[in-house]
Amino acid sequence: MAGLVTTFGSGAMTNSIEEIDNAGTIMVIGANVTVAHPVISHRIRRAAQNGATLIVINPKEIDLVRAADHFIQPASGSDTVLLMGMARYIVDNDLHDKEFIAEYTEDFEDFRKSLELFTPEFVEKIAGVPWDQIARVAHIYATGKPSSIYYAMGIAQHSHGTDNVMAIANLAMLTGSVGKLSTGVNPLRGQNNVQGACDLGGLPNVYPGSQMVNDVVIQEKFEKAWGGELSGELGLTHTEIFDEILSGTIKSLYLVGENPVLTEANSKHARKALEEIDFLVSQDIFLSESGKYADVILPAATFAEKDGTFTNTERRVQRVRQVIPPRGDSKPDWWITSQIAQAMGKNGFEYQDSSEIMDEINSVTPIYAGITYQRIEKTGLQWPCLDENDPGTKFLHKDGFARGKGRFVPLEFTASTETTDEKFPLILTTDRSLYHFHSGTMTRRVGGLEKLDGEEFVKINPIDAKEFGIEDGNWVEVSSQRGTVKVRAKLTDICRPGMCSMTFHFFESPTNEITNPTLDPVAKTPETKVTAVNIIKCK
Amino acid sequence: MAEHFKLTIDGQTVVAEEGMTILDAALASNIYIPHLCNHPDLTPVGACRMCGVEVDGGRMVMSCMTPAKANIDVVTDSPDIEKSRKVTMKLMIMDHNMDCLACEAAEKCDLLRVASYLGIQPDQLENMRPLGRDLPLDTSNPFFQFDANKCILCGICVRTCEEIVGLSALGYINRGFKTVVGTFGNKGFVDSVCESCGECVVRCPVGALVPKKPGIATREVRTICAYCGVGCGMYVGVKGDQIVSVRGDRESPVNLGSLCVKGRYGFNYINHPDRLTSPLIKKDGEFVKASWDEALALIASKFKESKGNKFAALTSAKCTNEDNYLVQKFTRLVMETNTIDHCARL
Ligand code: SF4
Ligand code: SF4
Repeated sequence: MAGLVTTFGSGAMTNSIEEIDNAGTIMVIGANVTVAHPVISHRIRRAAQNGATLIVINPKEIDLVRAADHFIQPASGSDTVLLMGMARYIVDNDLHDKEFIAEYTEDFEDFRKSLELFTPEFVEKIAGVPWDQIARVAHIYATGKPSSIYYAMGIAQHSHGTDNVMAIANLAMLTGSVGKLSTGVNPLRGQNNVQGACDLGGLPNVYPGSQMVNDVVIQEKFEKAWGGELSGELGLTHTEIFDEILSGTIKSLYLVGENPVLTEANSKHARKALEEIDFLVSQDIFLSESGKYADVILPAATFAEKDGTFTNTERRVQRVRQVIPPRGDSKPDWWITSQIAQAMGKNGFEYQDSSEIMDEINSVTPIYAGITYQRIEKTGLQWPCLDENDPGTKFLHKDGFARGKGRFVPLEFTASTETTDEKFPLILTTDRSLYHFHSGTMTRRVGGLEKLDGEEFVKINPIDAKEFGIEDGNWVEVSSQRGTVKVRAKLTDICRPGMCSMTFHFFESPTNEITNPTLDPVAKTPETKVTAVNIIKCK
Repeated sequence: MAEHFKLTIDGQTVVAEEGMTILDAALASNIYIPHLCNHPDLTPVGACRMCGVEVDGGRMVMSCMTPAKANIDVVTDSPDIEKSRKVTMKLMIMDHNMDCLACEAAEKCDLLRVASYLGIQPDQLENMRPLGRDLPLDTSNPFFQFDANKCILCGICVRTCEEIVGLSALGYINRGFKTVVGTFGNKGFVDSVCESCGECVVRCPVGALVPKKPGIATREVRTICAYCGVGCGMYVGVKGDQIVSVRGDRESPVNLGSLCVKGRYGFNYINHPDRLTSPLIKKDGEFVKASWDEALALIASKFKESKGNKFAALTSAKCTNEDNYLVQKFTRLVMETNTIDHCARL
């Protein structure tokens, strides 16, 4: 989400889910909402029925296309080019919002110059989409206001994912489509509490509330609040952690509810790191593929067995309540962490219940300062919520951007790191299933869901299948530079020719063993959406 | 604020709001008018012909389709109205499998409710049913089933899928007497575009669309779905210490009562025998049960040796805010490093 921080000053969804109802134009790019955010997709389809123009841009013909007015199917990895092409059309046809640009943004001229590269011919060639299609949706986006954009991992999981996000932000600023009702830029967060994990400082560079760890004033504030010395040095990210385990620097890993052996791109690397680490603690509700490497396993309670809050994709902090007692001797995660701290003799972890933790969060996290259990008893509040009288924030950047002025970022064309060649002639992209969640540890233990979708398939266009001599249901080997997985093939024209797709829910066919781990240099997101592969039929 | 006005229903003065139908106005004032195809979430269609009323002594109108107006005089029951309702009811029952004792809908059944309003006794029902239909059950979906023999063609499921879910997986098949509700091409639910959300099932007024494992909860707790970032509000139903049902929270601005298949039906993992129920310590390559005190003591001694750049934590986007806050506080304050991250990028 670094791209939005650079341009707007905040990385979260600008608008609320309910604002979908009143949008004039809804553009969904790189997001398979019907499977990853089902109830939002209901709302988008409803809005489309009630008169909003729905534009879907995706290299796959996802289910939402059935409800769309316009569908563009660009080549994987060409999003920045396509979005810059749209911007170019808007500027060339004088459809940009000059007043908004002058009042609320900066660096427009640099950005305008960077559009020169993106001629109709160039955009058509890279994106593989006729220019008039691109021009048509650009026209609708610029004129059919209020316009809002929804995107997800299809935009972010690229080595140039930050560019993609900034291209979206540029487009929104260009047309003045941000900071108003039903108008904005909306990254849809995948897992239930990704937003909250980020907000509460589950990141190597920030304390709760996006307060930088290398800012001395902030550091002192937390040292005082917590009563101890803190490091002002940035920590390591996800992928760097595995590198440092393998290099021998990191000796202990505390793994809370994560399963990197299935979810990490190029997961062999993660698996090797977990094999080699000196001391691994895995705290989870099930023994996961990663947990098998642990030295100590701690049984955690599920969401139904504990109290707390989740923050949803629209920044709404909502109350999670204990429904049943924890199974066996399992315990809420907060309790476990506080016990480890106390066992190490540290003060400041003597919480009686989760509400005491929220009180502390209120006192050190300005954007959460006014969000108390009492106030969210009935309905959740959306941050920023600065004090007990603040009603919360329905949409962001209402009177100017969080960073002051919105910043246009000139962009160039960057190709994906993996392109097809003779050895690996197809592009593999990852996706999700409606019936499963993440590494499947929960959903694959629900009989009915497993019945609806119990096996991985590599989805491949019939034209390619014919060329590779593959029939529907055949067992095939999908290989990349990094390895091979065995899976059955499903022939479907939802994939463009030249492209195939797999999910990562199934441990029997661990897709991430072969995905492309090249990181976006800023956001550190791996390029799992573009991996060059070969497919051969098993003998 | 919508404008309020007065009208008379069965001699009683009631207050209604601009935009209400006569049926809405009556129900809002606790006056029952029999109806089967009306649902507060959906566009009225006047299909079941049960809610007829007389306005200002004139001819009968369908109250679900007629806007309430100031000062009108509505009569909800008269010999003519009753006669018309009974004729309609007989036709409906003729087409309905009336094995009420074995039916899931039981006391929730709107058809029984209307029948009893009309003074039709259960034992009379059987006589009114000369034509039995024998249409196959659709049990293809693992979470719910559809029995066309009990369907009264109210169209609530069809409109739900169209208007709430925006999908239109269901429609009417065949014509006239042979009309049934079904998926495109009348394939089973699983072979259609149906997304198994169950929205149609919760709204079915009879026993045609029912959950396969209906859970009867003794209490309900309001909470938030833990699957995806939408964060739908839900009520979780419990019997003993087991979760038996989930329904959408209509007051939630996020989902307005809707849920998807994972949120509504995906809770059985909580009781799965694979759940970890005790701390485990690996000894000679095998996990051995341990007490919390043993596990915590071992972790404390190992973690003490790996402070600073020797330590890393991966926290979870599935856990609560409070859980995450503590993992980062622990990492920063106790382990003296900022090396904490999670899976947001995936
Ligand atoms: S379960 Fe949901 S998607 Fe399927 S038919 Fe019913 S309302 Fe439509
Ligand atoms: S019910 Fe479905 S859409 Fe709603 S939060 Fe749960 S998984 Fe997401």
